[in-house]
Amino acid sequence: MDNDVEVLSSMRYEGSARRSQTYNKTFVDHIWNFFSSVRVGVWLIILILVAAAIGTIFPQETFIPPNVDPATHYESEYGTLGLIYYLLGFHNLYGSWWFIILLGMLGVSLIIASLDRGIPLYKALKTQRVTRHDQFMKKQRLFSISKEAELDEIKYTLESLRYKVREENGNLFAEKGRFSRWGAYVNHVGLIIFLLGAMLRFFPGMYVDEILWVREGEKASIPGTKSDEGQYYLENKEFILEMYDKKDKKFNGALSSVNGEVAKNYQSNVTLYKTKPNHTIGEDPELVKVQDGEIRVNEPLKFDSFALYQTDFKLNEFSKMSFELEEKATGKKFGKLTVDLHDPKKKYDLSNGYKVEIEEYFPNFILNEQNQPSTINNLPDNPAFVFSMYSPKTPKGEKAFVGIQKNIEAGENQFKMSFAGIETKDLTALTVKKDHTLWIIALGGIIFMIGVTQGLYWNYRRIWIKQNQDGVWAAAHTNKNWYGLKKDLDFLVDKTGITPLVEKETDPK
Amino acid sequence: MAEISSTLLYGAFIIYLFATLFFAMSLSDKKHEKAAHTQKWGKIGFITSCVGFAAQLGYFITRWIASGHAPVSNLFEFTTFFGMMMVLAFIILYAIYRTNGLGVFAMPVALLVIAYASMFPKDISPLIPALQSDWLKIHVTTAALGEGILAISFVSGLIYLIRTVDQSISSKKTMWIEIVLYTLVSVVGFIVISAAFKGLGYEASFEIMNDQNQPEKIVYEMPVIAGPANGEPLDDSFGPVFSTPSWMNGVDASIKLNTFIWSLLSGAVLYGLLRVILRKRIGAALQPKVKIKSELLDEISYRAVAIGFPIFTLGALIFAMIWAQEAWSRFWGWDPKEVWALITFLFYAAYLHFRLSRGWHGEKSAWLCVLGFWIITFNLIAVNLVLVGLHSYA
Ligand code: HEM
Repeated sequence: MDNDVEVLSSMRYEGSARRSQTYNKTFVDHIWNFFSSVRVGVWLIILILVAAAIGTIFPQETFIPPNVDPATHYESEYGTLGLIYYLLGFHNLYGSWWFIILLGMLGVSLIIASLDRGIPLYKALKTQRVTRHDQFMKKQRLFSISKEAELDEIKYTLESLRYKVREENGNLFAEKGRFSRWGAYVNHVGLIIFLLGAMLRFFPGMYVDEILWVREGEKASIPGTKSDEGQYYLENKEFILEMYDKKDKKFNGALSSVNGEVAKNYQSNVTLYKTKPNHTIGEDPELVKVQDGEIRVNEPLKFDSFALYQTDFKLNEFSKMSFELEEKATGKKFGKLTVDLHDPKKKYDLSNGYKVEIEEYFPNFILNEQNQPSTINNLPDNPAFVFSMYSPKTPKGEKAFVGIQKNIEAGENQFKMSFAGIETKDLTALTVKKDHTLWIIALGGIIFMIGVTQGLYWNYRRIWIKQNQDGVWAAAHTNKNWYGLKKDLDFLVDKTGITPLVEKETDPK
Repeated sequence: MAEISSTLLYGAFIIYLFATLFFAMSLSDKKHEKAAHTQKWGKIGFITSCVGFAAQLGYFITRWIASGHAPVSNLFEFTTFFGMMMVLAFIILYAIYRTNGLGVFAMPVALLVIAYASMFPKDISPLIPALQSDWLKIHVTTAALGEGILAISFVSGLIYLIRTVDQSISSKKTMWIEIVLYTLVSVVGFIVISAAFKGLGYEASFEIMNDQNQPEKIVYEMPVIAGPANGEPLDDSFGPVFSTPSWMNGVDASIKLNTFIWSLLSGAVLYGLLRVILRKRIGAALQPKVKIKSELLDEISYRAVAIGFPIFTLGALIFAMIWAQEAWSRFWGWDPKEVWALITFLFYAAYLHFRLSRGWHGEKSAWLCVLGFWIITFNLIAVNLVLVGLHSYA
């Protein structure tokens, strides 16, 4: 294919010497020539394309449920094909080393191919001669010979079409839109910057991605935001969940056809704080308020180089549980205690000699394999306690295991803990992001867009006029949009009466 | 407002039909390509297309007012908009090249897209929080415009193939042209068969277990060929012939697959009828009708890619990344819809590089344009059907 490229455009690189065609000896030459080939470039693009497509056949590892083992998940969900998919590593395709290598090779190819052509092209276009060889003229796709022609008129007409015209020994060279010839190189530079930006995120410090859960009414330190100037804290003042009103007649049709409700808004009202710079660890931090804010999906809170995104939430998590100490025989109550499920106290003094101690606390109770009470984690989803109850009547204390709808006693107790209410709180989950690579990626994107627009919305048109013995020769070339060039030439022919330029058959069809 | 809106859409559809007709009239004069009467019909066709576009723009604006958000948020709205962008793209390219033959093919394809859209639920739906962003509208509209322009390269490429592939013998090439035409006919089949069963009020219900493991009732509106993966029929209507594989996603997967099968079947019947009537391949029947110079067709389809590629990149990748960064805190997540936008981008990039060499102009380019449009429609339709992800909201 590369040979064809050169045939099509002895024009493309103006016959200038490209490194890849000059040197072919050393190892470096071979590498250089390999990556500068358009055929290799296209193959790389196609390989990446096909690989990317294969990666969408089954969900990637990041999209499967978090608690399953991928080794068995793919086979059980998708059968043998799923197993093969997993074994070949397609379940984590976009992070796989060979995919990254393909992207890297694309980058190298972009750099080498652009250098290989861009530099000689630049030199060649800068030093274009006005008078070209007869052979060069004849080879052009659009060509004609006129018996006679008024050079000044041609020049004037071309200038009126906004061509830049140069004259030399009665010959003319007119060009328009040369800058568009650089479009491809500009866009390649944009792509390279983009790829570099994407690779930078593998370096530490460029990138923070953490998740932060905060309960309503509480403050938490924001992970990843510690610096010499201090550490940021966030208070979750309120979490708001709003649903669409099914009776709203605007959306009535659509809403009545779905089961359940449709969410309208997820929002955290927060206050941002910062510690004083000289704060030492361990000490209770002294917080200085920075700002209030509202975080919604699509509306992150931004400060410094950080951004907080509404990511998840949990409604009605148990936060406090209340009990009363009750004498079973009489039903008489001897005081109430409220346990903070995140930070339970050890002892609760109910005065007059009545008190309760928490012997053991299981925030998320479960019976483990040995049939022992235990906890799954420290989220109070299913709290359970071992209480010791003391009274003047039972100074040695009585033990009871109390959980949700559970009350187990070792012997016969005189007292019990009776349930007296529960308080819940909402939680919000925010993603904490810092990304110092974003501006590089954005810059790459902008340069790419400038390059493609420059190269694809404009074109480089050239017209040569040469006075020969047998008349005035005219030849024309453009790198794209021949239709537009022909319209210019029609205009030129119309105004100056030169022989219409005829098109050589380019394709046999 | 919502009524005015749907009337305008209906009006636009009818006007597009007439535009197609007028363009077809311009081709009826076989001998004189430049004849006054050819030009006259072409001009009328073009003006009609513009009027239709204005009507559809009216639909778009009134629906926006009625719903309070840009009407590109469900499949009906998006697909309609895509059809509208195809018309706009055609108008732009016609303004440059003034080829009537392009209208004869481009307008019907746009019509098909709009008719296809109208088979989806048309209710105005509320926006879930993730979709409440200005970047969403900017992203979706720009992407659709880019895809509309790229679609014209398909139309032009297809005409190129119909025009140039040797129809005197049956070959692989003629077969592929027939397959492409059959696909287009299947869209007609889909529209006809959906409308027919809707008219009959056909229903068949199943109870299935949804993703939350709750029983849910689903209702087919066509006789059931592909039944749900694990479903109990609730009535004794026809079928199912087989069960949908369980890896297809969502409660509606089997219904969509069933509709797809019906579209192919009815397409086959329509295609068969056409073959019987024409007594030759459809491509062969169309070939004498298109008189456009093949170089011009090649140039138009290349130009459409050159214009469409930057717009597509801006809309489907760059604006999409900005939106994803705002909504999900990451500009790229390898979600299948994103990946297929990237694939489309890479494909057209490959196309542009192939064209750097001469052997790839003309016929090979035209095949690539057809394949490119296949990728675009695959992303619009099939990704939502079979692949999971954040975008399968529609
Ligand atoms: C995804 C990656 C790439 C994109 C989006 C891209 C984009 C482009 C575009 C838009 C053009 C202009 C085409 C035209 O004017 O018709 C171009 C030209 C070109 N590209 Fe790429 N390119 C990519 C990768 C590569 C690679 C890997 C190579 C390596 C060989 C390469 C080599 C070239 C060459 C040689 C040209 C012609 C330059 C000229 O006109 O002088 N490209 N590219």
